[in-house]
Amino acid sequence: MSNAYELSIEKLPNPEKATLEGKNKFLGFWFFLGGETVLFGTLFATFLALRDKVGNGPAGHELFSITTTFISTMILLFSSLTSVFAILALKDYRLRMMQFWFWVTILLGLCFLSLEIYEFFNYVKEGLGYKTSAFSSSFYTLVGTHGSHVFFGILWISTLMIASYKKGITTVTAPKYYIAALYWHFIDVVWVFIFTVVYLLGILGG
Amino acid sequence: MATTPITIGEEKQGFLPWLWKWLTTVDHKKIGILYLCGAGLFFLVGGIEALLIRIQLSVPQNDLLVGSTYNQVMTMHGTTMIFLAAMPAIFALLNAVVPLQIGARDVAFPFLNALGFWLFFLGGLILNASWFLGGAPDGGWTAYAPLSTEFLGSGMDFYILGLQVAGAGTLMGGINFLVTIINMRAPGMTFMRMPLFTWTALITSALILFAFPALTVGLFFELFDKIFGANFFNAANGGNGVIWEHIFWIFGHPEVYILILPAFGVISEVIPTFAKKRLFGYTSMVFATVLIGFLAFMVWVHHMFTVGLGPMANSLFAIATMAIAIPTGMKIFNWIFTMWGGQVHYTTANLFAVGFIPTFVLGGVTGVMLAVPAADFQYHDSYFVVAHFHYVIVGGVVFGLLSGLFYWWPKMTGKFLNERLGKVTFWFFFFGFHVTFFPQHFLGLMGMPRRYFTYLSGDGLTTGNLISSIGAVGMAVAVICLVINVVMTTANGKKAKGDAWEFGRTLEWSLPSPAPEYNFAQIPLVKGIDPFWKAKMEGSSKVMPAEPLGDIHMPSPSILPFLMSLALTIVSFGFIYADKMGTALNKGSLFFAGMGVALLFLMMLIHSLKDDHGIHIHKQEIIDTERVIE
Repeated sequence: MSNAYELSIEKLPNPEKATLEGKNKFLGFWFFLGGETVLFGTLFATFLALRDKVGNGPAGHELFSITTTFISTMILLFSSLTSVFAILALKDYRLRMMQFWFWVTILLGLCFLSLEIYEFFNYVKEGLGYKTSAFSSSFYTLVGTHGSHVFFGILWISTLMIASYKKGITTVTAPKYYIAALYWHFIDVVWVFIFTVVYLLGILGG
Repeated sequence: MATTPITIGEEKQGFLPWLWKWLTTVDHKKIGILYLCGAGLFFLVGGIEALLIRIQLSVPQNDLLVGSTYNQVMTMHGTTMIFLAAMPAIFALLNAVVPLQIGARDVAFPFLNALGFWLFFLGGLILNASWFLGGAPDGGWTAYAPLSTEFLGSGMDFYILGLQVAGAGTLMGGINFLVTIINMRAPGMTFMRMPLFTWTALITSALILFAFPALTVGLFFELFDKIFGANFFNAANGGNGVIWEHIFWIFGHPEVYILILPAFGVISEVIPTFAKKRLFGYTSMVFATVLIGFLAFMVWVHHMFTVGLGPMANSLFAIATMAIAIPTGMKIFNWIFTMWGGQVHYTTANLFAVGFIPTFVLGGVTGVMLAVPAADFQYHDSYFVVAHFHYVIVGGVVFGLLSGLFYWWPKMTGKFLNERLGKVTFWFFFFGFHVTFFPQHFLGLMGMPRRYFTYLSGDGLTTGNLISSIGAVGMAVAVICLVINVVMTTANGKKAKGDAWEFGRTLEWSLPSPAPEYNFAQIPLVKGIDPFWKAKMEGSSKVMPAEPLGDIHMPSPSILPFLMSLALTIVSFGFIYADKMGTALNKGSLFFAGMGVALLFLMMLIHSLKDDHGIHIHKQEIIDTERVIE
């Protein structure tokens, strides 16, 4: 329990790991992401087991459009890059710069989410409801869980950013920004797997 | 909440301040006691359910609990004992002991620690509320699909959401202890100097982290199948029930090691202490613990040998399962060699530890028998399996936990449990246990299936079942003695010194009983295994400190963990009442659940925005407190 509050006046290098609280948050969050990996692993395994069970409903290759998902992928990958810029600014204690890049990240996240909602809307219109087949249930659950993670990430980072105008970059706030960025990278990595396993396999693997 | 100094010992009197203190506490020692109370409560509930089962089966064609009623009692017995009694009892010991053993002032995330407890407790209440709200879960503690998703009543909704809430709490606890043990060890406490109990806490926490998310996903699948009409387990629309079995056992098998490893840890503390010898083969014990943790994830299919996954899969998982006997055997021999040539003192704690060894070996032997797929086809779903897992879970986990309870009770409460009454408890429990479960091996081999509510008088199962039920009475007497012991000594027990048993080896015994709020006035400097024993052998009553005496910074209490858990309870009831058995969803209930989610988010927002500067305990107060204690 080192004294985080009073240390915060100085500008220590790597403010996200300068205190024991920061180190604990950092390690604890990595472990949390380990648990999330198992969570998504289970969802992926179930999806792979059920992806051919389309019943009377449409199959993946009849629905998926490579253009839309490719744009989604690029948007999310780019948002990961902007969150890296935010963290670089954080390490230099450049508050305005960090806020700018995090807001860009949030904006890109919103674009991704809108595309996903638009996409789901179209699938439902083409006859792929949640109850249609085992494929549809596992598809919507896997991709929807990822989408809800993106949604939560947007809420979380927005909250941090609004608070950052008052609180700035200190050894108390820096770990929060840092782990939020870690979370954002994680959901980006999960999306890369979704793009490959769900969409590319769905389109190419037939 | 600001950095105003607080004074220890100056607390408001009365029921409400007392309640508020316990609702808002983030002190790991208090949370340990809360966990113990919760575990004790649900252990009694699960025990009554066990007795009801044994009464029903004591004579052929009994009609006390018939059909669904029996299924409910049986399901709730299993679920309660695993998730609501054994798990929190383990967290009670982890909270009470681990920070003290590693020389830390607190856990890494005190707020999450409190949240974990309240989630467990309210999850348990959700599960048990089902008794009064349309019937308890009746699909077995394994909740196999599609039985539990398509053919049973609303009880399974309580099962799904109760476990979801309690499971979230467990996951938080796991992450918390992983970080605490890795980041917050005292100077000089290297990994290979950690007490064995802390080692098992570390490995158990890692297993929790990687096992529980699978259960979370599985429970969501069942929930979505039930409420939203998803098709994960609905074969008519392409779903597959075997997926549930895989997911459940990928969680479920590590879960049994999550339970047994801390029990191993307790035994590894109690036996050396009361043999006045250091633990034999410390390094091999650590290695065995890690290996068991690793193998825990490689054996889940041995619960599914009869599913028909093919000889190749069955053989691989059979070999992995048998391999677990090797590190477990290492542990058994190390405990025996620790006692060998030691001055063994048979306190109640040590009786349970020594009684654990042969009992657990019996469970291990039947475990290896069950690991042979060809033989398992005969044993599967018979009372032989029931006997096996009660030998490892009661004979292993419960013996270990009771040993730990008697051992650390003075450290947790400052008072001893009565030793004479404790020994009565042990002998009734030990014999009661063997009389209850030993005959069940033979009942199983004679063909008695598990989960059936009765049998015929001509089946030849009458005598065995009667003996088994008589044994259960013995265990009930033991538990009643324990409850009397707890009540009696809490009111009027013998006070315990810091080194309560006088043979303490690890750091927790270098502190007063119970430890002050800040645990260590000065963080100790650790120079080897069993640092307190080392210090005593060097003629000092204290472990050398690693820092000068100074102000101590502690986290402030918070009501948010309790309120967050309450919000999730609201969400759970929303979903439970949204399920209308395949007909249209109950929109009002879903709205209610949505309100719970909004409430939860609001609480998270408050927690995120409000910085907790904690409280400072000043140097002079620490000096005063330490003087009073001495």
